[in-house]
Amino acid sequence: MLDRVKKVPVHVIIAPILAVILALIVGSAFVLTVGENPLHAYKVLFQESFGSMRGFATTLQRATPLMFTGLAVAFAYRAGLFNIGAEGQVYIGAFAAAWVGFTFSNLPKLIHLPLAIVAGMLGGAIWAAVPGILKAKLGIHEVINSIMMNYIAYFLTDWLVLGPFAGSSWIPESPRVKASATLTRLMPPTRLTTAIYIALAAGLIVYLILWKTKLGYEIRAVGLNPTAAEYGGISVAKTMVIAMAISGALAGLAGMEQVLGLNNRFIQRFSPDLGFMGIAVALLGKNHPVGIVLAAILFGALQTGAAAMDRLTAVPRELITILQGVIIFFVAAEYLFSRFIKVKGEA
Amino acid sequence: MAIVLEMKGITKQFPGVLANDNISLDVREGEIHALVGENGSGKSTLMSILYGLYQADKGEIYVRGKKVDISEPRVAINLKIGMVFQHFMLVEPLTVAENIVLGSELKRGPFLDYDQAVKEVERLSASYGLKIDPHAKIEDLSVGLHQRVEILKALYRGAEILILDEPTAVLTPQEVDDLMEVMRSLRENGTSIIFITHKIREVLAISDRVTVLRRGKKIGTKDTADTNAQDLAEMMVGREVLLRVEKTPAQPKEEVLQVNDLVVKDSRGSIRVNGASLSVRRGEILGIAGVEGNGQTELVEAIAGLMRPQSGQIMLSGKDITNWSPLRIKKAGLGYVPEDRHKRGLVLDYSIADNLILGLHADEPFCGVMGFHSRKAIMDNASKLVEKYDVRPPYPQQRAGALSGGNQQKVVVAREFNQDPELLICSQPTRGVDIGAIEFIHQQVVAQRDRGAAVLLVSAELDEILSLSDRVAVMYNGRIVAVLDREEADEQKLGYLMLGGSLEDYKAGGGNSHVG
Repeated sequence: MLDRVKKVPVHVIIAPILAVILALIVGSAFVLTVGENPLHAYKVLFQESFGSMRGFATTLQRATPLMFTGLAVAFAYRAGLFNIGAEGQVYIGAFAAAWVGFTFSNLPKLIHLPLAIVAGMLGGAIWAAVPGILKAKLGIHEVINSIMMNYIAYFLTDWLVLGPFAGSSWIPESPRVKASATLTRLMPPTRLTTAIYIALAAGLIVYLILWKTKLGYEIRAVGLNPTAAEYGGISVAKTMVIAMAISGALAGLAGMEQVLGLNNRFIQRFSPDLGFMGIAVALLGKNHPVGIVLAAILFGALQTGAAAMDRLTAVPRELITILQGVIIFFVAAEYLFSRFIKVKGEA
Repeated sequence: MAIVLEMKGITKQFPGVLANDNISLDVREGEIHALVGENGSGKSTLMSILYGLYQADKGEIYVRGKKVDISEPRVAINLKIGMVFQHFMLVEPLTVAENIVLGSELKRGPFLDYDQAVKEVERLSASYGLKIDPHAKIEDLSVGLHQRVEILKALYRGAEILILDEPTAVLTPQEVDDLMEVMRSLRENGTSIIFITHKIREVLAISDRVTVLRRGKKIGTKDTADTNAQDLAEMMVGREVLLRVEKTPAQPKEEVLQVNDLVVKDSRGSIRVNGASLSVRRGEILGIAGVEGNGQTELVEAIAGLMRPQSGQIMLSGKDITNWSPLRIKKAGLGYVPEDRHKRGLVLDYSIADNLILGLHADEPFCGVMGFHSRKAIMDNASKLVEKYDVRPPYPQQRAGALSGGNQQKVVVAREFNQDPELLICSQPTRGVDIGAIEFIHQQVVAQRDRGAAVLLVSAELDEILSLSDRVAVMYNGRIVAVLDREEADEQKLGYLMLGGSLEDYKAGGGNSHVG
């Protein structure tokens, strides 16, 4: 009996899987319109991203920042907050990491790299704490002000790399970070770095915080029933600020990975919507670290396979965007599935 | 007058609670039929069944003599039944006319025929005497007018039987008067109204007949002309003592709680507690009797630190705890069973075990190094309490939301009582709880008293107040208007005081006259 009550509801696991399968079916309609065999297109797609060690490494590299932003969105969500500002937190985190990376020299890697990583976390945390404080103290909705914080982050970092911290090239970007602050590549020539370990560790830490600590208990209580949390002596305002700050720190790590792992400098407007993709990843991953890691790998795989599919079949790479959109659509329509599954279960 | 609606033998069982137990009700054409009872008495369930939101387990419904099967609200609307909920469902940026026709729009080609909609609203508004500006935007209107729009919406869809679910709860006194005017004018037009309320004054002021429910059962239907406030109060809160609690005489010691001249405003700024004073001693149960909404909720929430008092002082075991945080007050020795266990007392998506540490989750032995929770301590605590307080099913990992009302309440009671508090506040401790659990909870309350707790009991059930209390305070209009020893208190006297009568008048023989 104990196992029975402890078990995760079936639809929590089945619905996202079903969403992905349905999206692939819907996507195949588009593949057919360009006169290609869907099975062939998908085969090329996934062969590229999972078929070789090299392809898989690229998949993981693309998944890494999405794991961070997915965790960021999910963490805030557990406190009942919708952190739509992860994108801005990525930028600020990235710049903070870059600044530490290119400013200090003659530091041993053992000090310099951790310092830059922590700076990335701090940048994101501070940027996210602002809407958290505004929500907690003044009741201003976090969606509104975290979106506004995004724009401030875009233009602030624009100015930073065009003005005070412009690099030497003609592209708007910061100076290169010192070698002592870069992440180690695991499988050259792929750009997979040790950031993947940090991402997996972050997933584990998020899990431990949320489900094994007092802080997580308070965060989830605030998310599920703030009036009961208040009754239980939990400061709702304080908990919201902390949850936003941790969420921002996770988003900041995505920016850190882009700077210290991928580009080795801060490039103006570098992010391919990592923060917004994080929302999709968190949604598909059901706001659980395990789900998020898997969802991020799926999205990473789609991106990795896109180029190959474009090259080797008649299907344009934009199909990936369609697939991602349709997946989100079906996840959002989850209650349809849960109803379907329940009805079937009762029959 | 012809009977337009008949509900026969309606029974509805929810997990652990019999919400409607064989209730019959008939409504005549052009009458205002008041449906009264305390929260949890089954009024809303009964009306939700009539409007097709729930299905009855047993029973039949006849509309204009024809047996009907109301499977969803659409069916009810087609039968010309309309319902105005407590929470309005209006689109704020749209105009009155647009809101009223929403869902059954008048079309001109593919477009809304706005002019025709305005005309239609003006016609309705004129024929029922419901004044409203069809062009006004909802967001610019008061709550009272929102309600008027909801009523017009129902009339626009042809409602001849109109259910008003506690319509006065959200209104100011002036707006209540306006609503009553509207109801009278609807009645003149032949509309039948089912008027849900728990305010006796309103029942007497406007209804033609009144049906009283209590704990899911129908107590009776009377012509309003043949009844009075006291009669209704007794029907609502119960005359017969259903439950007998075994207890020895109290042996009160020193004062644990003192409340002096407390004033509390609600979030809308109206004064709910208006200079209340009381004290509770170690080893006694002080019951607060009163019709709901006379400030009991706010009084208790202020003591627990969940609402900020405007002025006044609260002393707990000799310490001034006014304006302390809820956590600090808890640590100073408060145990609190809140009136709304879903809103305050439980996180329904948490397991029983996790709910049993709410408020204690930062303390030893549950919280250890680096803020990590000790699963073992939490589970040990849960197994112990689940057994001691007879929570069923006894699985600590079970989601609290999956339990019946009575067992959810046992979880709250277990958590709060087990801390051996100095002061124990029990607010509506047996609301929506099955009979077996009521008895158990009552025994536990008495056991806490005998252990040496000061117990403050708030209940809308007079039975409960009378069977548990050692002293009874009556709260009316934000004040404690009388404190009686248990031997001095009886239903009649309390009923009289609860409706605003004074003790002096009662002693002078006023107990037999009408109040309200």
